[in-house]
Amino acid sequence: MIGTDAEIRKLSNAIAEMGGVAEANLSRALDALSRRDAALAAEVILDDKRLDRMEKQVDEQAVRILMMRQPMARDLRAVISGLKIASTLERVGDMAKNTAKRAQILAEGPAHRSIGPVVRMGRQSLQQLTQALDAYANGDLELARQVWRRDVEVDELYNSVFRELLTYMMEDPRTIGACAQLMFVAKNIERIGDHATFIAEMTSYVVSAEAPPPADERPKAPLEAGFDEPEDSAPASGAAPSVGSNAG
Amino acid sequence: MTLTMENPAAQAAPRNDLKFACRGVNVHYGDAHAIKDLAIDIEDRLVTAFIGPSGCGKSTFLRCLNRMNDTISICRVTGDLKLDGEDIYAPRVDPVQLRARVGMVFQKPNPFPKSIYDNVAYGPRIHGLTSSREELDALVESSLTKAGLWGEVKDRLDKPGTGLSGGQQQRLCIARAIATKPEVLLMDEPCSALDPIATDRIEQLIGDLRSQFCIVIVTHSMQQAARVSQKTAFFHLGHLVEYGDTADIFNKPRDKRTEDYINGRFG
Repeated sequence: MIGTDAEIRKLSNAIAEMGGVAEANLSRALDALSRRDAALAAEVILDDKRLDRMEKQVDEQAVRILMMRQPMARDLRAVISGLKIASTLERVGDMAKNTAKRAQILAEGPAHRSIGPVVRMGRQSLQQLTQALDAYANGDLELARQVWRRDVEVDELYNSVFRELLTYMMEDPRTIGACAQLMFVAKNIERIGDHATFIAEMTSYVVSAEAPPPADERPKAPLEAGFDEPEDSAPASGAAPSVGSNAG
Repeated sequence: MTLTMENPAAQAAPRNDLKFACRGVNVHYGDAHAIKDLAIDIEDRLVTAFIGPSGCGKSTFLRCLNRMNDTISICRVTGDLKLDGEDIYAPRVDPVQLRARVGMVFQKPNPFPKSIYDNVAYGPRIHGLTSSREELDALVESSLTKAGLWGEVKDRLDKPGTGLSGGQQQRLCIARAIATKPEVLLMDEPCSALDPIATDRIEQLIGDLRSQFCIVIVTHSMQQAARVSQKTAFFHLGHLVEYGDTADIFNKPRDKRTEDYINGRFG
């Protein structure tokens, strides 16, 4: 291999590896939550440091490629999207870690009926993340489109979990502590779905050179009125840079 | 003219007037077929970059545009090459007059072994462009000013041009080329012998001159083509593979060969 090929491949491998760790941590955080396993949660929390280190390595590799190779066209987009996805995966890792922390707290109290639905929602988000990473690794536009369209399902699950938790809290104020923890977990998971959507958008950017659609064009389930903060969680979309024309 | 996708020159609607319209151009060096059935339209008042691996024909084609290839006896050029609608290979065209309209700057700065003043005054003198010493002085000054060199040499116009630094010599050659008031400036790797600072000055100069000239530049630096040009043409094995807006060529080229070349995968 000559030119940028070898280095771009190394960068893609590093992203895939990071994606694997982020998926595993999310999956284990969900297991810790459903099995009320504080020890497993502690492992996830410790393992997050690995993702932080990997993000740094991807950054260094990307800067090196830009400096030494000055890639163009698809290779340039691969480096730019690599940087963005590494930072997205680092955020996913943070959310898995936060979920694990809340799983530790929940493990101390009695089991709660809403843990099941929250974990199911988490599995759905995890599947979205896995498919988004597969689409990115294989440059699979069709799979990326499917992920992009399906984020609405996670949003709908979130709305229904949200309603359910509110009902429990109103019925029995003694559950407010656990329900509040689960609400944050649900929010984390909903955001991970948005991050998967972003990775799908980056796939399309790398393959087709089309800038991602504005965030407000993403399919979205309507929020429960008055119960949630405005959407600001999705990583900035539409920010894929395009090469400006020199024409004055 | 009908525009079809088969015609690489037709990929983007022209923004400006056409300077060159070339169709079915073939160039042979003896038995070697250097340019193969090339069609391209080159627009006025913008910078067109020719890129491609060594031996792809880009410099050969550049040299067709002011008939520099006439000096090579085994070189045969056929096809339609029109400058402002006139066939530049027509028998009545005087190549010397053509080269006054289509100036050229070469890879290595090549000032004449004469004073700075005489280097710039050379073209205007042989073409009789000025009628008095004052007029010639003014033309030399304005040419050196346009080339961004006047401030550095105005106190030593009688010193030899060869005593200048490499970057200054190249700007002197640009001043010499624009002194005959050409319409087109051809530049064959004008910065390949210069350091980054001198390169930056030449690139700024290209940007300044763009509003007055049609500029065609051959370069091996992808970044330079991306910086200075508005249109880019990619040549490979004598073919014009892809031609379009520079932003498109470097961001989303349509041909795999272009993508590979700009990322250094062959050359």
